[in-house]
Amino acid sequence: MIGLLGSYLRRPYKELKGEVLVLPSRTIVVVFCLALLLLPLLTSDSYTLRIFILAGIFAILAASWDLLSGYTGQMNLGHALFFGVAGYTSALLNTNAGLHPGLSIPIGSIAAVVAGLIVGIPCLRLRGPYLALATLAFPLILTGVIFAVPGITGGELGISGLSVLTGSRVGDYYLIMVLALVLGFVMWKICNSKTGLIFHALREDEVAVRASGINTTRYKLLAFCLSGLFAGVAGGLYVHFMRIASPSSLELMLSFQVIIWAVFGGIATIYGPMAGAFVLVPLTEYLRNMPPPVDEMRMLIIAAIILLVLLFMPEGLVSRLRDRMEKVCPRCKIRNIASRHECRICHTALD
Amino acid sequence: MIEAVIINGLVSAGVYALLATGFSLIFGAARIINLAHTAFYMLAAYLIFTLATTLGLNLWLSIVLGVAAVTFLGVLTYRFIIARVRIHDTTTLIVTIAITIIIQEVLLIAYGGHFRSVPAMVAGYTELLGVRVTYQSLLTLGVVLAVMLGIWLILMKTRLGTGIRSTAQDREVANLMGINVPRIEMITMGLAVALAALAGALVAPLFSLEPHMWTHPLVMVLAVVILGGLGSIKGSLMGAVILAFSETLVVFYAPAGAYLKGAMALTIMLLVILLRPQGLFGVSFEEER
Repeated sequence: MIGLLGSYLRRPYKELKGEVLVLPSRTIVVVFCLALLLLPLLTSDSYTLRIFILAGIFAILAASWDLLSGYTGQMNLGHALFFGVAGYTSALLNTNAGLHPGLSIPIGSIAAVVAGLIVGIPCLRLRGPYLALATLAFPLILTGVIFAVPGITGGELGISGLSVLTGSRVGDYYLIMVLALVLGFVMWKICNSKTGLIFHALREDEVAVRASGINTTRYKLLAFCLSGLFAGVAGGLYVHFMRIASPSSLELMLSFQVIIWAVFGGIATIYGPMAGAFVLVPLTEYLRNMPPPVDEMRMLIIAAIILLVLLFMPEGLVSRLRDRMEKVCPRCKIRNIASRHECRICHTALD
Repeated sequence: MIEAVIINGLVSAGVYALLATGFSLIFGAARIINLAHTAFYMLAAYLIFTLATTLGLNLWLSIVLGVAAVTFLGVLTYRFIIARVRIHDTTTLIVTIAITIIIQEVLLIAYGGHFRSVPAMVAGYTELLGVRVTYQSLLTLGVVLAVMLGIWLILMKTRLGTGIRSTAQDREVANLMGINVPRIEMITMGLAVALAALAGALVAPLFSLEPHMWTHPLVMVLAVVILGGLGSIKGSLMGAVILAFSETLVVFYAPAGAYLKGAMALTIMLLVILLRPQGLFGVSFEEER
């Protein structure tokens, strides 16, 4: 019996040992995921859980920005559009048609995909700063539209009274954390696939990609749609968790915040932006609860931290730490822990 | 009504033109999207407020001091912060946002969120075309025209201007021709921030001050430079006129829909760049290295 169990467990154990534990970065990711999933066992404080739920939602959002702007270099300064469109669609479907969150969130995400197409198609002709600043306009225009039809959208007050996700804080926590981790993993897989390689190549040299016979238009639109999809899930989860969809989900500052989380963690990695959100969101909340002189200065402190970190690690916190702990084999391009002297796969000497 | 639209439109066009020219200059010379541009504008307005109202200095002296101090600060920020990270595009963007947040929060802590106002530089008003026009508005227009002319002269007629324009055209070749590119970039940054500070000095008596006053001008400046074409002074001027008038028209003819003024301007910008991806007068960056 034990022998049978052992033979079943040997494969995963070997995989774990050979693929995960050899690299400190992967070990940290696994430990972090386990810690997130075990957190409700350690504390049932609903405020702590709420902060981590928000961090999880924003981690999905930051990673979806990275998928589009970090990988393909299509700088999107209006990422809040996808978040807001999905949020408002979910909220309208939920309050008016009484749709269950299990349906309204996916439909909201589809709406965000459509928004991705609406932004993406006209923006195909734009590049660099023109693209960045054109994308910035969309959420602000939508805010104007939302204020113009308060009968449907609730205007400045937004739509409130949405149905709850699961009904309990711990249930919400597990739903959102599992989704955040799974979606993060899916995005990471996409970006490490052939599609991700093409996304990366688009950022480096679009002409060369086109010369290689790749339809760049299709891949750019694909990036916009995928990014919209994941950001849409985050938007739908957010409105159902907060139980209100308000114009603040389209604000300029939210778009900036997404980029702050992503760049702080390190772009074009997926896990970097997620880590950025998981560090900065709880940190802001922690500072909010400090004694008086500090709590009012929390934004100042956060901005100063961001400035200092980026000044000394312009490629982002997580990217820098990873490069410190690991080095890439010059021959087979496999990552190795920095303390090794030869590559773990091809035994090439590492410098 | 139409006269009031013209006067108000011209004044805000002037302010946007000053801000957009500076933004466009630093983008052209150093390829930096400086989102902290309007934060410097706000900082200058607050400094002048402090010097003139709290410390009781002469208003003109406080304007000179305020603009000089903000320009100095802008050059320092460029030299010690922005220049260090500028090879990473997105990082530069975030760093300038962080600078903006720092300025906003410092002002929020120092002054609170109240609305403040600065006395007019020149009191009184005159009747023009049957509209009451304050001397302050006329002064603003005059200063804007003079400054724009001055910038044009600097860019077109001086060695410094030639340096700025050639750096904007091609950094490497400019460097090969013996132009000190980092120095040119620093001077351009100073010039850009000085323009922003001057715009701040001009609006301080016209609008009320509050620590979030940078957002709307920032969005408008971005729309103006994109509409006119990045790196083009003529474009910034045209863009400022078009968008300022569209805003003023919305505010005057549909007062209930005044919140739509930003959305209106941005829609116009989007429509224009969809037809002309490089803006009205922009240079195409197709051959950019």
